[in-house]
Amino acid sequence: MTALGLFNYWAVIFLMMVGFYTLIARGNLVKKIIGLNIFQTSVFILYITMGKIAGGTAPIFVKGGEDVSYSNPIPHVLILTAIVVGVATSAVGLSLVIRIKEAFGTIEEDEIQDESL
Amino acid sequence: MTQHLPVLLVVVPLVAAPIAALLNRPRLSWAVAVGATLWALYAALELLSQTMVSGAIHYELGGWTAPYGIEYVVDAANAWVVVIVALIGALVTPYARKSVEREITKDRIPLFYAAFILCLTGLLGIAVTGDVFNVFVFLEISSLSAYALIALGNDRRALTASFQYLIMGSVGATFIVIGIGLMYIMTGTLNMADLADRLPEVASSRTIPVAFTFLTVGITLKLALFPLHMWLPNAYTYAPSAVTAFIASTATKVAVYLLLRFFFTIFGATFSFDVMQLDRILMPLALIAIVAMSLVAIYQENVKRLLAYSSVAQIGYMVLGISFVSVLGLTAGILHLFNHALMKGALFMSMGCVMYRVGSVRLEQMNGLGRAMPWTMAAFVVGGLSLIGVPLTVGFVSKWYLVQAALEQGMWPVAGVVLLGSLLALMYVWKVVEVAYFREVDPELGISEAPLSLLAPTWVLVLGNLYFGINASESVGVATRAAEILLGVL
Repeated sequence: MTALGLFNYWAVIFLMMVGFYTLIARGNLVKKIIGLNIFQTSVFILYITMGKIAGGTAPIFVKGGEDVSYSNPIPHVLILTAIVVGVATSAVGLSLVIRIKEAFGTIEEDEIQDESL
Repeated sequence: MTQHLPVLLVVVPLVAAPIAALLNRPRLSWAVAVGATLWALYAALELLSQTMVSGAIHYELGGWTAPYGIEYVVDAANAWVVVIVALIGALVTPYARKSVEREITKDRIPLFYAAFILCLTGLLGIAVTGDVFNVFVFLEISSLSAYALIALGNDRRALTASFQYLIMGSVGATFIVIGIGLMYIMTGTLNMADLADRLPEVASSRTIPVAFTFLTVGITLKLALFPLHMWLPNAYTYAPSAVTAFIASTATKVAVYLLLRFFFTIFGATFSFDVMQLDRILMPLALIAIVAMSLVAIYQENVKRLLAYSSVAQIGYMVLGISFVSVLGLTAGILHLFNHALMKGALFMSMGCVMYRVGSVRLEQMNGLGRAMPWTMAAFVVGGLSLIGVPLTVGFVSKWYLVQAALEQGMWPVAGVVLLGSLLALMYVWKVVEVAYFREVDPELGISEAPLSLLAPTWVLVLGNLYFGINASESVGVATRAAEILLGVL
C-alpha cells in the first residue's frame, strides 16, 4: 500500500496525538474534555477504517451476486457502542466541570490547586 | 433457571439500577440495592461451586454460537473474582444505609444507590464475559458510575478527584479499545477463546506487539500499578466512606483479573512473558510500588489517604505474584485479590464508622478513639494486623505464598522486599494505633460507639480475615485451581 492509501491511519495518528496532547497540556478542564473527545474520535476512525475491504460494497445482501465482497459491518456496530460511551463520558465530565466551577469558582487546573491548599 | 445464571448475575442488577432511581425514595432504593446485591452474591456462590465441580461454564447470549455471538465463560478464576465483588457488594449495601444518610444529601440518595448498583453490574460483567469488546462496555459502565459515586463525597476536592479519575480512566479505557481493535484487525474475532487460538499465527507481525503494549498500559492504569496510580489516592480519600470501601476492595481487583485474563488466557504466558518479557516490567514496578508507596503511606495524616497509598502498595504484591509466572506465584497473586479485599474492606469500613461519629478521619481528631469506639478500632487493629501479615490473619497466608514463590525461583532479594513491605506496613498501622489507644480522649466531644448496622458488616469482614487466615484450605484451593487454569497446566 502506498503512503496515500494509508491516509486514514495517518489521520488517526494525527488526531490521536492532537487529542492526547490537549488532554495533557491544557489546564482548562473543558479543553481537557475536548481533548479526550478528539482522542476517542481517532479511535472511532481507526475502527471504521479497518472495516473497509478494498472493492467491498455496503454490507447489504445483493441478490444473485455470489462474487460480491462486502465491507465488514462489525466495527461499525462496535463503534456505535463506543460513541455512546464517549458521549456519556463527556456528559459526566462536563457536569463535573460545572460542579467544580460552583465549588471552586474556576475551571483552571492551577487555580484549583491553589484553592485546594 | 440455573443454566441462565451467568447472564442473570449481570442482568438482575442492571435492571435493578433504573428501578432504584425511579422509586426515588431513600429507603426503597436502598432495599432494591440490598436485593440486587444479595442476588449477585447467591448467583456468584452458585457459579463458583458449579465451576469447582464441573469445570468451565459456557453461556451463549441469545443462543448465538460462540465465536460470532457474545459468550460468557465462567471458570475458577473469574468465578472467584465474581464472588469477591458480590461479597463486598452484599456487605457494603447494608453498611451504606446509615453511612450514606450522614454523608450524602437526601435527594441524591436514590441516585447514589442506582449508581452503586450500576458499578456492581459493570464489575460483575467484566468478570464473567468471554468477549473482549464486552469487557470494554462493562468497564465503562463500572467506571462512569464510579466517577459519579466519588463525586458525591462531601469535600469539594471529591469533584477534582473524580475529574482526574475520569480523565485518566477514560484514557486507560481508550487504550484498551485501541488494543482490542488492533487484535481484531489481525484476527477478525473478539471472542477470548477464539483470539487465543488465532493470535499465535499472527504474533510475529508488528501489530500484535503494539496491541499488547496498548493493553498493558491501559490495564495497568486501571489497576493503579505504580507509577500509573496518580488517580487513586485522591479518589479514595474524598469519596463517601461506603464508596471507598466498595471500590477499594473491588475495582482494582477486577482490573488485576483483566490483566490475568488478557496476558495468560488470550495472549498466552509464552507470548506475554517469553516473547514480550512483560515480567521484566511488572516485577520492578511492583517492588517499587511496595516500598515507595508504603513509605508515602507512613507520612499521611489522613487515615483514608494512608490506606489508599497502602492499597497501591498491596496492588504491588498482587502484580509481584503474577510476575513470577509460576503456579505458586499466580496462586499468591490471586489469593491476595481475595485477602486484600477482606482486609481493605474491613479497614475502610472501620474508617467509615469513625467518619460517622467523628466527622473526620484525620489523625489529630482520632485521639483516644480506642476507648470511645472500642469495636470500631478493634476492627481496624485486626485489619491492620492482616495488612502487616501477622499469622492467623489472611495477610499472613498471602505473604507466605508470595515468599515461597520468590524462594522457589531463588529470588532472595525479592522475598526480602516482601518482608520489608510488612515492616513498613507495621509502621503506618502503628501510627494509627498509637493515636487511638495511647492518647487521652477528649471527653467533651462525647463520641460513642458506631451503630450496629455499621459495625455488623465491618465485623463480618474482620471475622473473614481471621477465618480465612486460620483455615486457608478453601481459598488456597480455589486460587491454585485458577492459577493452573490460567497457566494452562490443568
